Amino acid sequence: MSSALVFAWSGVLLFGLGLFGFIAHRHLLRRLLAFNIMGSGSFLVLIGLAQDGRGVDHVPHAMVITGIVVAVASTALALVVFRRWYRASGRTDLPEDT
Amino acid sequence: MIGLWSVPLLFALPLALGILSLLVTPAWRPRLIFVGLPLLAVASFDVLARLVVEGPRIYELGGWQAPLGINLVVDGLAVGMILMTTLVASLCALYARVYLRDYPPSSSFFWPLLWLLWAGMNGIWLAEDIFNLYVGLEVMGLAAVGMVALRATPQALAAAMRYLLAALLGSLAYLLGVALLYATYGTLSMAGLHEAAAPNVTTHVALALIILGLLLKTALFPLHAWLPPAHGGALTPVSALLSALVIKASFYILMRIWLVLGPEVTPIFTAQMLGVLGAGAVFYGGWMAWRQHHLKQLVAYSTVAQIGYLFLFFPLVTGTGPEAARLAWDGTLMMLVAHALAKAALFLSAGNLILAVGSTQISHLVGISRFRPMSLFSFGLAGVSLMGLPPSGGFTGKWLLLHSAILSGQWWWLIVLFLGGLLSAAYIFKVFRMSFREGPQIDRSVTPPLTLDVTALILASAAILIGLTAHLPLFWLRLGSAFGAG
Repeated sequence: MSSALVFAWSGVLLFGLGLFGFIAHRHLLRRLLAFNIMGSGSFLVLIGLAQDGRGVDHVPHAMVITGIVVAVASTALALVVFRRWYRASGRTDLPEDT
Repeated sequence: MIGLWSVPLLFALPLALGILSLLVTPAWRPRLIFVGLPLLAVASFDVLARLVVEGPRIYELGGWQAPLGINLVVDGLAVGMILMTTLVASLCALYARVYLRDYPPSSSFFWPLLWLLWAGMNGIWLAEDIFNLYVGLEVMGLAAVGMVALRATPQALAAAMRYLLAALLGSLAYLLGVALLYATYGTLSMAGLHEAAAPNVTTHVALALIILGLLLKTALFPLHAWLPPAHGGALTPVSALLSALVIKASFYILMRIWLVLGPEVTPIFTAQMLGVLGAGAVFYGGWMAWRQHHLKQLVAYSTVAQIGYLFLFFPLVTGTGPEAARLAWDGTLMMLVAHALAKAALFLSAGNLILAVGSTQISHLVGISRFRPMSLFSFGLAGVSLMGLPPSGGFTGKWLLLHSAILSGQWWWLIVLFLGGLLSAAYIFKVFRMSFREGPQIDRSVTPPLTLDVTALILASAAILIGLTAHLPLFWLRLGSAFGAG
C-alpha cells in the first residue's frame, strides 16, 4: 500500500469516526467537534490521494487552506448560535420534535 | 475582455456592499440598496445582452488561467439564474426595508447578510469548477443560517442550529466527493471532468457523496426535516429568499454535475431513485402542508413538495431520447423559475396576511377577503402557479415535464404530476376557504404598507407572465447547454 493510500484511508477512517460522533451524540458541542474531525478527514483525503505519482501538487494545498478557513468560520458561527441557544433555553441539545 | 466588467461585478459588488454595510450605522444600512439594486440590475441585463449577442463563453477572472485563476461560465443557465436572483432578491430587499422597521434589533444585521447571500449565490451560478461551487455553497449557507437566527427567539435559534448542522454535514459530504474526483481525474473544471469522466468505482462513490450532500442541502424528502422550522419560522423576507432562491442553488449544482459527468457515468438506477424520492416529496410535502395550522408552516411544507418536481429531471433526462431530455430540461427549469417567483410571492403575501390579522393561525383569517383583497389576490395568483393551472409558469413547466414523461415512456411520473397538483390545490384552497368565510363585519385588521402588497403582487404576476411568454426565456436558458439552441 503506497503512502498516498495510507493517508487517504486514514482520512476516510477519520471521516467515518466523525460521522458516527455527529449522529450518535446529542450534545451540540460534541457534534461540533465531530464535524471538525470529519473536516480533517476530508482534508487528509484531499491532500493524500492527490500526491499519488504526480509529484507535488499545489492545487489541493490551496483547496485545503480554503477548506480550513471555511471550517473555522462555520465552527465560529455554530458556537455563537449554540451559546445564544443555551442562554435562551438552558439546553445543550436540540429538542427532538420539529 | 474589457467589456465584461459586469461578470465579476455580479459577486464583487454584493461582497463589497456586505462589508460596507457592516461599517455604516444601522440607519444607513437599508439605504445601500438604492446603490446596489440598480447596479446589480444593470450588470445582470448587460450579461444577458452579451449572452444573446455574443453567445456563451468562459470568463477568466483577472486574466489568470485555471487552475491558478478562477474560470467563470457565462451560459444560458447561469445567466437565467442570475436574472431570477436579481428580480426576486431585489423585490425581497424592497419588502424588507419596510417590513423590518418593526424589528429594530435584528434588522440591522439583515442587510450585510443579504449581500453576502447574494454574493454566494451569484458565485455559485457562475462557477465553472466544482471547488468554487463548494466555496459559494458555504458563503451562501452561512449567510442563510445567520438570517434564520435573526429573530433570536429560542425557536429561531433551534431552527438555525438544525439548519447549520444539516448544511455542514451536506457540504462535507460534497467536499469529500470533490476530493475523490480530483484525485481520480486531476482536474476540478467541469469541462475537464466532462472530457475525462469514466464509469469506475471511485467516480460512483464520489457521485454518491455529492448527491447525498446536495440532497441534504436541497431538503429533498426524506432529508427535509430542517426546512419547515427554518423557512416557516424566519422573518418573512428571509423565508421568501430561502425558499425561492437558496435551495435552488444546491439543486443547480447537482443538475450541472449530473450533466457534466454524462450518461455513461450516471446510472439509470440512481436517476430513477432520485425521481422516486422526488415523488415522495411531492406527496409527503403536499399532505403535510394541508395539515398545518400556521400559515407560514403551510407555505414551508409546500416548498418541500415543490422541490420534488425538480427531481423528476433526473429520470427524464437519463437514458432517454434527445427530444425527451430536452423537454425535461425545459420543463425542470420552467418549474424552477416559476417556483422561485411564486414561492417568494406566496411567502410575502402570507406575511402581509399575518400582518393584517396579527396572527399566524390560518383559522384567524376568517373574513379577511372582505378587507384585504389585494394581499389575498397575490396569494391566489402565486397559488395558481403552484397548482399548475394555465396560463402560469407552473402549468408550462408541468406540461413540458408531462410531454417528456410520455415521450420517454415513463407514464408513472404522470401520476406524480397529477396528484401533486391536486394536493397543492387542497392546501391553497384551505387558506381561501377560511378567508372567504363570513366573519366580523367591522374591519379590525391592520393595513400593511403599500410597498409590501406591491412587491408581492409583482412577484405573483411574474410567476403567471413567465408561463405566457415561456418560449424566449427557455430559448435563452438552452444557450451553451447540451440541449443546443434549437
